[in-house]
Amino acid sequence: MRVVVDLNRCQGYAQCAFLAPDVFAMHGEEALLYDGQPDDTRRLDVLRAEAACPVKAITVEGAGAAWTAEGAGVSDGG
Amino acid sequence: MSPMAVDGSLERLRREGRIVVVGASLAGLRAAETLREEGFTGTLTMIGDEPYEPYDRPPLSKQVLLGRVPADHTALPRSRAIEAQWRLGAAATGLDPSAKRVALADGTSVEYDRLLIATGVRSRPWPNELEAGLDGVFVLRTRDDATRLRHRLKAGPSRVLVIGAGFTGSEIASVCRERDLPVTVAERGPAPLSGALGSVIGDVAAELQHQHGVDLRCGVMVTGLEGDGVGRLRRAHFSDGGTVDAEVAVVALGATRNTEWLAGSGLAAGPRGIACDAGCRAFDVRGIVADDVFVAGDVARSPHPLFGYRFLSLEHWGNAVAQAEVAAHNMICRAEERRPHLWTPYFWSAQFGVNIKSVGVPNMADQIIVSQGSLGEHRFTAAYGYQGRVIAAVTFDQAKWLEFYQRQIEQAAPFPPPFATVDRRTEGMRPVPAGFPDPSVPTHGPQVTVSGYSPTDQRVTFTPAGHGRQA
Repeated sequence: MRVVVDLNRCQGYAQCAFLAPDVFAMHGEEALLYDGQPDDTRRLDVLRAEAACPVKAITVEGAGAAWTAEGAGVSDGG
Repeated sequence: MSPMAVDGSLERLRREGRIVVVGASLAGLRAAETLREEGFTGTLTMIGDEPYEPYDRPPLSKQVLLGRVPADHTALPRSRAIEAQWRLGAAATGLDPSAKRVALADGTSVEYDRLLIATGVRSRPWPNELEAGLDGVFVLRTRDDATRLRHRLKAGPSRVLVIGAGFTGSEIASVCRERDLPVTVAERGPAPLSGALGSVIGDVAAELQHQHGVDLRCGVMVTGLEGDGVGRLRRAHFSDGGTVDAEVAVVALGATRNTEWLAGSGLAAGPRGIACDAGCRAFDVRGIVADDVFVAGDVARSPHPLFGYRFLSLEHWGNAVAQAEVAAHNMICRAEERRPHLWTPYFWSAQFGVNIKSVGVPNMADQIIVSQGSLGEHRFTAAYGYQGRVIAAVTFDQAKWLEFYQRQIEQAAPFPPPFATVDRRTEGMRPVPAGFPDPSVPTHGPQVTVSGYSPTDQRVTFTPAGHGRQA
C-alpha cells in the first residue's frame, strides 16, 4: 500500500498522526514524517487519516474511484 | 490545413498517437496520469534511467536517512492505472526532433508524435574525480544514494562533513545530529540557506545549527579531500587553512540539469535547464517554440507572468506536479484550450525540528520584514519585498499563514504590508535588506550569440557551458 503526502499543503494539523501513529509522526512542532509504504494491515487507519486531513494533503493508492488494479511493482509493460 | 483537418489529426493523436515521456520520476508519472485522465488512449512510453518505477525524493534526506523507513518505501502511489510501456534502466541518449525519435542507451530508439521531457536534475558531483572516488564521499539524490549513505551513517562514523549548507546539506546535518553523530558543515556563503532565503533568515538557520551542536563553518570552501593509504576519506582541507578529520563527506552543492543527452537536438537546453513557454512547449536555440516537444519538472525553465516573465527553473515537488499536469493537458488539446503554468512557487524543508516553508520567489527580493512571530524564537513569518510589492514569504513553524501570503503575492500587494498582523513581536515592522548575493556575479550559463548584420545573414549560435563547477 502506497501513500504520499503533499507537504506543500500540509499545515501540521496532526490528525493523521493521531489516527495512524505508526504511519504518520510529527517531527517538532509542525513537520510531518511518514512511511510511504505502510503494511496493508494499516489500510483502514490510513484511509481514516486521509479522510480526516483538513487540507486533503494525503493520497493513498487505490483510494480513488479512477484507480484500477494495477498492483504493486512495474506490471503494466516492459 | 483547414481547422477540420487539424481537429481530425488531434482526434487521431488522442486515440492512437504515440506519446513518449523521458524521465520516470514525479513529473513524468503525474503527466502520464493526466494524459490518461484526459482521454489519451494511444501508446504511452515511459523512459527512465534508474531501474526503479517513480519514487518520491523528499523523504530520502529525512525519514530514510534517519532510519525510520527504508529507501524502497518511497515508490509513488498511482492515482490511476496508466497502461504504459516502461523502459526503465535505459537512459535517453539522444533526440532527433525532425525524425521524432529518442535514442536510448541500450541502442534502441522510440518514435513519438508528442514528446515530454522530464529528465530532472542530478546532484553536482565533487569536481575532483580522484577525491570524489574516495571511500566515504557521497552525494544524495537517488534512492541508491540514500541507501548507501544511510548504511554508512548507521555504522557510526567518527565525524561527517557536509559540503554545502543549502536545504539538502542542512537536512543531512540535522539527521546527523539526531543520530548523535559529530558533524561539520562547510558553506561558502555567509550563512546556511542564504542563497535561497537571504542572510537575515540564514542567520536564524545558523543559530539552529549551533544550538544543535553542528560545527558550522561559513565563508569557507573545501579545497581538498584527503584519503588514507587504502583510499578511504580521512581529512578535508579548507580555504582558510583549517582542516577537519572526517570519515564521511556528503557533497551537497546543488544540482545540475539532465540535458546533456539533448546536445545536437537544437533545443534550448543547457546546464540551467530547457527553456519553454508558459504552456510547457520547448524552445529551440533560435527561441522558437516547438509544437510537439514539451518540458516539465526540475529540468524546465519557463517564464512566469507574476515574476516579470522571469524564466524560473524550480526544483520543487509541487512544481513538478503542477507543470506536468499543464504539459500533459497542452500536449493533447486544441491550441485555444491550452493552459499556462501559473503555479506560485512553494516548497518546504524540515530540519532541526523546524518546519521551513516558502512561497513565491524569495531570491528576487530586495527587502524583508518579519511580519509575525520572532526571529529569536525561530518561529516567524517573513515577507519578502521587491520594488514595493510582496514577492515571497517564508515561515518557520508558521505554515498556516502561507496561503494568505500566497494571495498577497498573486495580487501584487504592496510591500511593506500596510496591514496589522497578529502575533507581532519586538523586532517591529521595519523592512531590512534581505541579504542576497550579488546577482551580477558571473554564472555558469550557456551562451547564445547572434552574428551577421542584415536579417537574411543573421545566425544564432548556441554554445553550451560545462556542467562542472568549482565548489
